[in-house]
Amino acid sequence: MDTRQSRKARNLSKRALGLAALGVGSALFLSACGGGGGTGGGAAGTFDQGTTEVVNASEEQGGTLRYAMASNIESTDPGNTYYGYVWNFSRYYARTLLTYSPEPGDKSTEPVPDMATEMPKVSDDGKTYTLTLRDGLAYEDGSPIVTEDIKYAIARSNYGDDALPNGPRYFKELLADSDDYEGVNANPSDPLAGFDGIETPDEKTIVFHLKEPFADFPYVLLQPQTAPVPADADKGEQYQEQVVSSGPYKFDGKWTPGNGLTLVRNEEWNADSDPIRTALPDQITVEEGVDQNEIDQRLVNGELDVDLAGTGMGPAKKGEALSNEDDKVNIDNPENGSLRYVAVNTVVEPLDDEACRQAVMYAADHDSMQRAWGGAAGGEIPNDVIPPQIAGHDPDLDLYPSKDDKGDLDKAKEKLKECGEEDGFSTNLGVRADRPTEVAAAEAVQQSLDRVGIEVEIKQFPSDTFTNTQAGSPDFVHDNELGLNIYGWIPDWPTGYGFLSYIAHGDNIKDAGNSNISELDDKEINKMLDEAVRTEDSDEQARLYSDIDRRIMETGAILPIVFEKSVLYRPDNLTNVHFSQGYSMYDYMTLGTTGS
Amino acid sequence: MSAPSHAPDQVEGVDPAAEGWVAAERSLRQIAWQRFRRDKVAMAGAVVVVLLIAMAVLAPLLTRLFGFPPNEFHQDLMDPLTGGALNDPANPTSGIDPWGGMSGTHLLGLEPVTGRDMFSRIVYGAQISLLVAFGATVLCVFIGTVLGIVAGYFGGWVDTVISRAMDIFLAFPLLLFAIALAGVIPDGAFGLQGNGLRVALLIFIIGFFNWPYIGRIVRGQTLTLKEREFVEAARSLGAGSGHILFRELLPNLVTPILVYSTLLIPTNIIFEASLSFLGVGINPPTPSWGGMLSNSLDFYTTSPHYVIIPGLAIFITVLAFNLFGDGLRDAFDPRSSD
Repeated sequence: MDTRQSRKARNLSKRALGLAALGVGSALFLSACGGGGGTGGGAAGTFDQGTTEVVNASEEQGGTLRYAMASNIESTDPGNTYYGYVWNFSRYYARTLLTYSPEPGDKSTEPVPDMATEMPKVSDDGKTYTLTLRDGLAYEDGSPIVTEDIKYAIARSNYGDDALPNGPRYFKELLADSDDYEGVNANPSDPLAGFDGIETPDEKTIVFHLKEPFADFPYVLLQPQTAPVPADADKGEQYQEQVVSSGPYKFDGKWTPGNGLTLVRNEEWNADSDPIRTALPDQITVEEGVDQNEIDQRLVNGELDVDLAGTGMGPAKKGEALSNEDDKVNIDNPENGSLRYVAVNTVVEPLDDEACRQAVMYAADHDSMQRAWGGAAGGEIPNDVIPPQIAGHDPDLDLYPSKDDKGDLDKAKEKLKECGEEDGFSTNLGVRADRPTEVAAAEAVQQSLDRVGIEVEIKQFPSDTFTNTQAGSPDFVHDNELGLNIYGWIPDWPTGYGFLSYIAHGDNIKDAGNSNISELDDKEINKMLDEAVRTEDSDEQARLYSDIDRRIMETGAILPIVFEKSVLYRPDNLTNVHFSQGYSMYDYMTLGTTGS
Repeated sequence: MSAPSHAPDQVEGVDPAAEGWVAAERSLRQIAWQRFRRDKVAMAGAVVVVLLIAMAVLAPLLTRLFGFPPNEFHQDLMDPLTGGALNDPANPTSGIDPWGGMSGTHLLGLEPVTGRDMFSRIVYGAQISLLVAFGATVLCVFIGTVLGIVAGYFGGWVDTVISRAMDIFLAFPLLLFAIALAGVIPDGAFGLQGNGLRVALLIFIIGFFNWPYIGRIVRGQTLTLKEREFVEAARSLGAGSGHILFRELLPNLVTPILVYSTLLIPTNIIFEASLSFLGVGINPPTPSWGGMLSNSLDFYTTSPHYVIIPGLAIFITVLAFNLFGDGLRDAFDPRSSD
C-alpha cells in the first residue's frame, strides 16, 4: 500500500518538475491558443454526470481511441505494476480472475467475475478460495488459457529474489505452504515445484489456500497479477515488450518505454466469454511523455480522448475549464477515494498530549485548507477519516464543529489551557516542496493555527525522499520536531482494512518508509482493527470501522484536509463514459469513440 | 593612461600638483563620474537600483503605508473554485477579475487562493532577492579576488592548480548540485535554522560556484600589473609578497572588480529566482520573486497578473543592474573617449 502511495508521489513530482521546466514563455503561449471549444460529434452531457451514470451511451464500434500521459507507462506487464492506471488499462490485453464491476456509481467498487464463471467459493474456515474458468478463453495465438498459467503469473510476480520488482506482494503475504518457494527461475525443469499455496486440479479450476482468513481476498484476486502468462513466453522484465494477449486487443509491435503503444483487435478473443469489455474501438493508441498542459488542451480541443494517468487536469487548465460554462459540462468531478490530511504526531512535545492535538483540530480553518486544495472542485471537507466510498464512513460524525468551517478558536484555547500550553506553543510542519497544493495547504494550516498562538514553521523536503526518510522516519520526525506533516492516503482497495491499517495501526510504525506518520499507537484502535479484519459479517464490520473512525478523530492524530476530488475532462467524442470508484478514474474497458 | 592629460580640467578647484599621486588617482575617478553622469541610460539604471534598495530596506514602512502584512490572508475576496480574485467580493458567483483584484487598497492585486497582498509580497520579496544576490556577489568576489591575485602573482604551479580548479568549477552542473545540496543539508546545520539557513545556503551555493568568473579577470589583470614599475620598486625595497599583493596590486584592481561585481548581481538575482522557482529556495510563507513565479504557473490561465508582476520585478531589477554596470564599465574604460 505504501508502495503505491510513494509511486504515485514520484509520478506527481515528475509532473511538477515538467511544469516547472516548461517556463513562463510557453505557458503564456499555450494560454493564447486556448479557448477553442470541443467540436466532437456526441452530446455534451452535464457537469459531473459521469461520476454516477454512463454518459454518451453507445454500442457504435470502430475508430481509434487515443490516450496520452505526461510520464511513461510504468510497465505494460500486468505482473509488474503498482499504478492504478495500468491496473485499469492492462485489462485490454490481460484478463484477470475477477475485476471491478463495469457499472457506474457505488457498484463500481464491487469485485465481479472476469475470467471466472462466478465469485469464488469460500470454505467454512475462510481459508480456501475456489474458482472456475469460463469456456472459450484463448490467447492471441488461439491456444487455450489454463489455470496453471495463472498460477505461473502469480509465482513470477511474487516469489523469489528475482520476482518482478514493481507490483504488490499480497499473494506472498497471504498464501499458505509457499514460504520456502524460491520463484520460477530457481528450478528451470519444474518452475512451480514447491509452490503449494495454489492448486490447479484441472485446466479450468484454481484453488487458493490462505494462511489466515482474509475477508478482502477478492480484492487481491482482481489485481492484474492474476492475468495468465504462458511459461514459455515469459521473459522476466522484458515480457512487457509484448504481453501475450488474453483480452480483446493485442500489441501491434513491441513496446519500449517512452515510444508509445498501439493496440489492435485480437481476433481470438471471444465476446461471449467476456461480460466486462465492450471492445468498441478498432484500435487504441497511447502517447507517452506529453506535457500535462498539452494533454489538457488537446482534450478540450477534441484531439485526444483520455488522459491515461487518470489523475485529472493539471492545475493551470483546471481553473480555466471550471470557470467556463461551455467546458464545464464536459467535466466530471468525482471523489477519488483519497484522504489528504495533516498527520499530527503523538510523540513530539507538546503534541504528545491529546488535548494539545485537539486544540489543533479545533483551531484548523477547514475552509482555508479546502481553498488551498482547489475549493469544492478539489475536495470535500471531511469530518472523519474514512472516505464516503468505504463502509464505515460516518456522515453524521462532527467532533469539532465550527461556524462556516472556520474553526472554533474558543474551544481551541480551552484545550490549550487543558494541556498546559495556555499561550500556545511552536512546532514544525513538514511538506513536500515540489507539490504546490500541499505547500499552499501548509500555509493555510500555519495561518489558522497562528490565531490561537500555535506558531508553525514550514519545513520543505523533496517528495522522492519525504515518505521514506523524513516524514516516514520517526527518528527524523522526533529530531526535527516535525509535529505536523502533510500527507495523503489512497488504499489499494476500498475497504476499512485497506484504508486504515497502514496509517492508524500501532504495529505498522516502521523505522523507515513509515506510513503511520502520526505514530498513532492506541490500544483501543489496534484491538478494534485486529477484530474487524477477522469479522465476516459486513454490517458488524462496518460498525467496527465506524467506531475506529470516531476514535481516531478523538485522538486528534489525523487532521483531515479534504476527501480529494479529481477534475476529469470528458471530450464530446468519447462514448460510454463513467467513473469507476474502484480504479479512481474512468472505466477504460467500456469506452468508445466517435472521432477519427 | 589618459588620466594626467585630463587633470587640469577637473572641477572643484583642486590643484592636482599639490595633491601628489593621490590626486592623480582621484582625478581618474572624477573623470569616470563625469562620464557616467553624462550616460543617461546608466544614470536611470543607477536611480532604479537605489530605489530598489530603498524599497527592500523600507519594506516594513512601505507595506504599512500602502499595503498589508505580507502573510495576511484575504480569502473573503477570492473565488474558492479557481482561486482568482472575485469581481465583487460580496457576491461569490460574480466571476474572476482579470486584473487580479488590483485596486486602491491592493495596488498590485491579490495572490490567488490566499488573497495575500501582491504589493507587500513584491516589496518583501525584494529583500530576499537583493540579500541573496549581494551576499553571493560579495562571497564570489572575495574568493575570486584572493585566488585570482595569488594565481596571477605567483604563477608556476600555484597558477596551474588554481586555474585548473577554476576550470573544474566552471564545468560543474551547478543547478543540479544546488538542488541536491538544498535537499540534503538538514535543518539546524551550521547552527542555523529555517530561513536563516536557507539564505546562507543560497548565498553559499551561488557565491562558491561563481567565483572563477571574477577569478579569471583578476588573474589576467594581475599578470599585466605585476610587471609594472611600481611593483618592481616595492620588491626592490624589500616588500614581502603579502604587502605587494594587498597593498600594491589590490588597489589597482578595485575598478575592474567593482565593475564586474555590479554585473554579477543581476546574474545572481536570476540564479536565486531559478532556485526558488525549483522549490529549493526560501521556506514559505516568506515571499520571494522566484517562488512567486513558480507558484504562479498553476494560475496563468485565470490570474495572469500573478505571473506578470514577479516576472516584471525580476526583469526591471536585472535590467537596472545591467545598465548600471555597463555604464560603470564604460566610464572606467580608459579607451573610451568622452
